Amino acid sequence: MNLFFEPIGLSHYLVVGAILFVCGMVCMATKRNVLGVLMGIELVLNGANLNFVAFGSPLLRAPGDHALGLDGQMIALFVIVLAAAEAAVALAIALNYYHTHVTVDVDRGDELKG
Amino acid sequence: MIETVNWHSCFFLLFALVGCVSAVAVVVTGNIVRMACWLVTALAAVAGLFFLAGADFLGAVQLMVYVGGTMVLLVFGVMLTARGPFVSMKTGGGQWILAIVVGGALLTVLLQAALSIPDWNAPGREQVQTEAAPPTATRLGLGLMGIPVDRLQERNAKWQSGMSGQLLAFEIISIHLVVVLVGAAYLARAKRRIEPQPARIADAEVSQVPG
Amino acid sequence: MAEFLASVLSPAWLAYTIAALVQCALLLVMALASAAVGIWLERKIAARIQDRLGPTRVGGRFGWLQPPADGIKLLCKEDIIPAAADRPLFRLAPYVSFCATFCLFLALPFANDWVALRLDAGAFFLLAVAGLEVFGVILGGYASGSKWSLYGAMREAAQVVSYEIPLALCVVVPVLITGSMDLVEIGNRQAGWFYQWYLFHDPFTFVTFWVYVTCAVASTNRAPFDLPEAESELVAGFLTEYSGFRWVIFFMAEYAAMFVVSGLGAVLFLGGWNGPIPIASLLGLGGDPHSVAGWIGNLLGMCNFIIKAMTGVTFMICLRWTLPRLRIDQVMTTCLKYCVPLASAMLAGVMVWTFLFPGGVIAEVRKSLSAVERPSSPAVERPSSHVVDSWSPSILAADRLAGAGRSDRLAADGTSALYAERWPTCRRPLDSQFPPQQHTSEGWR
Repeated sequence: MNLFFEPIGLSHYLVVGAILFVCGMVCMATKRNVLGVLMGIELVLNGANLNFVAFGSPLLRAPGDHALGLDGQMIALFVIVLAAAEAAVALAIALNYYHTHVTVDVDRGDELKG
Repeated sequence: MIETVNWHSCFFLLFALVGCVSAVAVVVTGNIVRMACWLVTALAAVAGLFFLAGADFLGAVQLMVYVGGTMVLLVFGVMLTARGPFVSMKTGGGQWILAIVVGGALLTVLLQAALSIPDWNAPGREQVQTEAAPPTATRLGLGLMGIPVDRLQERNAKWQSGMSGQLLAFEIISIHLVVVLVGAAYLARAKRRIEPQPARIADAEVSQVPG
Repeated sequence: MAEFLASVLSPAWLAYTIAALVQCALLLVMALASAAVGIWLERKIAARIQDRLGPTRVGGRFGWLQPPADGIKLLCKEDIIPAAADRPLFRLAPYVSFCATFCLFLALPFANDWVALRLDAGAFFLLAVAGLEVFGVILGGYASGSKWSLYGAMREAAQVVSYEIPLALCVVVPVLITGSMDLVEIGNRQAGWFYQWYLFHDPFTFVTFWVYVTCAVASTNRAPFDLPEAESELVAGFLTEYSGFRWVIFFMAEYAAMFVVSGLGAVLFLGGWNGPIPIASLLGLGGDPHSVAGWIGNLLGMCNFIIKAMTGVTFMICLRWTLPRLRIDQVMTTCLKYCVPLASAMLAGVMVWTFLFPGGVIAEVRKSLSAVERPSSPAVERPSSHVVDSWSPSILAADRLAGAGRSDRLAADGTSALYAERWPTCRRPLDSQFPPQQHTSEGWR
């Protein structure tokens, strides 16, 4: 295949990022376990991070003026930190949910259902 | 023929395949612990892709924060919310079909956007930069302290005078992390069980009224 | 090595593959040898502390062949997997732990030129990968299908993850003094006599070293922090259901981790491959790593490094057989109430110290005693009190990062010239006190 001989371009990274993003989205939509939904969120954020890093990488493009440069990595760094913070809070909420409902099934949380 | 193999591309394919297969496995698996294991593999593969793209410091941060921190937290959550054998909660077939249709549509749009620009495809053997990417840890650190080292070549005086790196974002994120730490610790505290008060006579009479 | 093989063998990919495999094999030998020696050392030291002799029959008077004999015995054991176990994860868990420990050897420098992967963020990479061992433990505990294993695994994971924080704070201290996370750079900065070691750099670093020792012992789950493997309480914690070869893999991972953590402490605080007396530089060994003299210099460095790492391992072994075990609440108290505040206070102290005495106390004392005018670079001035004043602390901090040891790398693409052009009034203390010649390999020992 051509991929073994040609250098990798930006679009290959974007394809991988897109696959991760869509898998995360489907995971968030279909899982009934609250921790499964959290894992979907992590996949979505990683797909986006991969896009940022790919746009900021000097190795994936022809040499020239790159619009994003180190900012891509900086944004990805901030996203990683914020995702870790959000995962901590989400897990605290999940633990509270488990304590009140004695299950992690998100479909059981329907007290506000009208 | 084998001398012309581009090893960088081979390793990219390896990490990309591992990442994509693990991501699909996260969606497909029913057991929550197996899902967590596949997610660890996917995140580690993404860290490898970061290393290949020249972001060495970011790859190490991904390994430390995501894989070593967030995933440990998730696995702890999985273990703490398990009572007895892990119950597999199955999603209905209709929901799966809907999710796959919507997901497939989004994937098509994203792939079409990613592959549409010819400059983004393989840049051509002559054009690609063959030296290794510069080390990024010092540059990122200087940027976070307010000195954008990668923008020093900027000759537009107006732009250069306003450049201050990412110092403000750094400070905001630091405060954000402190707030999140306190908030998560408060939310996840062990709650003291309050003994129910003995029912008074008036309440007992009220509760006997039907309806 | 790759270039040498490429000149001998015609297909370049074969040469590179063989070079990579040889380096992997060397690292694997290092990991396994540290485990084997650690096992023998543990049994001998434990025996002596308990007033007995230990292995004396296998392989001669000192029982040298005991570890291989143990290995053969364990390989011949029956492969038992509990009925309630999650079979794929049960099989996978020991290898996850061992792989994480083995990857630590990738970035560990054994000598000035003998490091498998010279990473710009080497210390950070080691900390990151050290946090991945806990996955093998959790998987092993869960997959065993027994609640005792799960409890032990959860306790161990909580302990390792909690102690990563003070461990990282302790590792930041030598990184701060050096201005680089590159472990080879940190080792080179401690070249010379033994008073150049960071242990004697300032009193805060001295205290930080002992906090590092505590956190390192806790992160490898050695006594007195070995409650997760507590033999008298949880049978063997998460290792309960593991026997035979799988147990050997976990065990080797633990001893290899002990070696790595001791080696990291040696590089960060005890000078790494620099001996207490700079013999090699006095003899003129050094320079080109491919020459015979350079190779012998590197070999001496590696011997120094291994001696220091094994001293750390011996210290951990003696500690195990001397101190009683801490309870889990005592373990967490030590981490959160003692180690973290102490490490933070030491970090703040070192920050102030390096601001006041950038060259370390020895250099300051020498400067004041000799009172020789050092040649000053054109940009050595106090920061002037106009517009850059509000930025001056951050610029000084960035300056230390930029100037200390990065000057060779930054200068390669003209960044430092532009940087000096844009911030001309910044004080560059390190350039005046550590002239660039010291960063090359000629003067490193």
